Amino acid sequence: MQWLDGLIQGILLGGLYAQYALGMALMFGVMRIVNITHGDLMVLLALIGISAAASFTLGPWTTLAILVLIGAFIGYALQRVILNRVVGADPLPSLIATFGLSIALQNAMLQIWSADTRSLPGGEITQASFQIGAMFVGVLPVIVLVTATVLTGGLDAALRFTRFGRALRAAAADVEAAALTGVNPKTVYAASTAIAVAILGFAAVFQSMRATVAPADGPFQLIYAFEAVIIGGMGSIWGAFLGAMVLGISQSIGFRIDPGFGILAGHLVFLIVLAVRPQGILGKG
Amino acid sequence: MSAPLLSTHGLVARYGDFQALYGVDIEVAAGEIVALIGANGAGKSTLLKSVMGLLPVAPDMVRLDGRPVGGSQPYRMVSAGVAIVPEGRRLFAGMSVEDNLRVAVDHAARAEGGGWTLDKVFGLFPMLREKRSTPVQSLSGGQQQMVAIGRALLNQPRLLLCDEISLGLAPKVVREIYQSIPSISQAGTAIILVEQDVGLAQSASDRLYCMLEGRVTLTGRSSETSRDAIGAAYFGASHAVA
Repeated sequence: MQWLDGLIQGILLGGLYAQYALGMALMFGVMRIVNITHGDLMVLLALIGISAAASFTLGPWTTLAILVLIGAFIGYALQRVILNRVVGADPLPSLIATFGLSIALQNAMLQIWSADTRSLPGGEITQASFQIGAMFVGVLPVIVLVTATVLTGGLDAALRFTRFGRALRAAAADVEAAALTGVNPKTVYAASTAIAVAILGFAAVFQSMRATVAPADGPFQLIYAFEAVIIGGMGSIWGAFLGAMVLGISQSIGFRIDPGFGILAGHLVFLIVLAVRPQGILGKG
Repeated sequence: MSAPLLSTHGLVARYGDFQALYGVDIEVAAGEIVALIGANGAGKSTLLKSVMGLLPVAPDMVRLDGRPVGGSQPYRMVSAGVAIVPEGRRLFAGMSVEDNLRVAVDHAARAEGGGWTLDKVFGLFPMLREKRSTPVQSLSGGQQQMVAIGRALLNQPRLLLCDEISLGLAPKVVREIYQSIPSISQAGTAIILVEQDVGLAQSASDRLYCMLEGRVTLTGRSSETSRDAIGAAYFGASHAVA
């Protein structure tokens, strides 16, 4: 029973990790841009949301809508102002540029919000749960998982079947050939990063409703997102979702083996996947 | 007098310190097939790249319908009605034949070109219809070239630039591909053929330009230009073939 509970809690935790990982799957997996600020942007959105909710007494769903819009704007600006200048076959320039930005962001957030941990008051929904047999399942984690599944399905379909998705895949495959076929790569990339950061708006709200956030938390979320994408397979959106599940379940089972072992268990499973199946679960070749 | 579809005026292009074109003037009229021949390094591909906006050139050096377009972003050239079959095909790996073609459909030129549709492209290259769901990297070289041509056509160009479309293909496949040229031309599209095979270029085109070391050394009607004249222009006068 304890293990079944661990499995279910792990899947629910994976729902949250999937929301970190989706934007990463788009930027790192498809566009091959290494965005070190990924976790920091999630924290930034969460802190903005918490402050806005407190100042204007917004409910969590209003906050969510606002954060998704702000996220889209930040993503668009990030790509237009910084990443479009360093994008290319070599991932190193984007890594260095965003690494610097990450440090600046963390310090700026520390300056504005201090090092305190904060959370978003979610009302009754954060406490609500229902019973399956002998187990209690929280309503909020289920909402998180359902949201993650819908976002994954939507993003995957957008990449496969829309004009935008085809243009993005074409630009990721050969940016010059895409331009010669009429695609404006800079616009497509800016839209794509806008989507990636907008999805972090969801993660920001759910993370700060379920737990707490502090300015220095970003790097942890960054690692989970990287690990989920790599476990799942580069370039695969559903792969990132599966990778997030593997990570969530590993951590959840690990916690039940020993409370100090949870996070490490996730990293160990990541290393095992890297050794046994480096292309990831759904990766090709 | 109406302006030619495409013209270049003293076109100069360089890669860093290396100058590749020294004042090239060419003209292409609507619906015309023009061959561009010359040895490796003569500047043929550079000329096409300059027209497409892949190399920085001054606006006045490239004119489309008489309007200066030199140095425009490639996607703007496409929407103005110029498409290219790039050297080495440059298909979108990991995407199916149909998705490769659809990228071009999605970003077709504003003005109608030959009215190309997926069906018409499949009519031109029937083999692609069966392979429409196949990832492009598992096609043969000839089939990939057909996808590259189909992709450019679906941009609905008024002018199609073909960069070495016979390169690395078996003679039988080259014939198959060149058989498509008249149907493309009949749809009203002008074509510039960059070609290593002089005989092939001459027989497929209305007019030709021969380039040597970044300059045009010969121009004339393809059917009226002698092999000797081409030989002299191709290798330089001092190396004229006997």
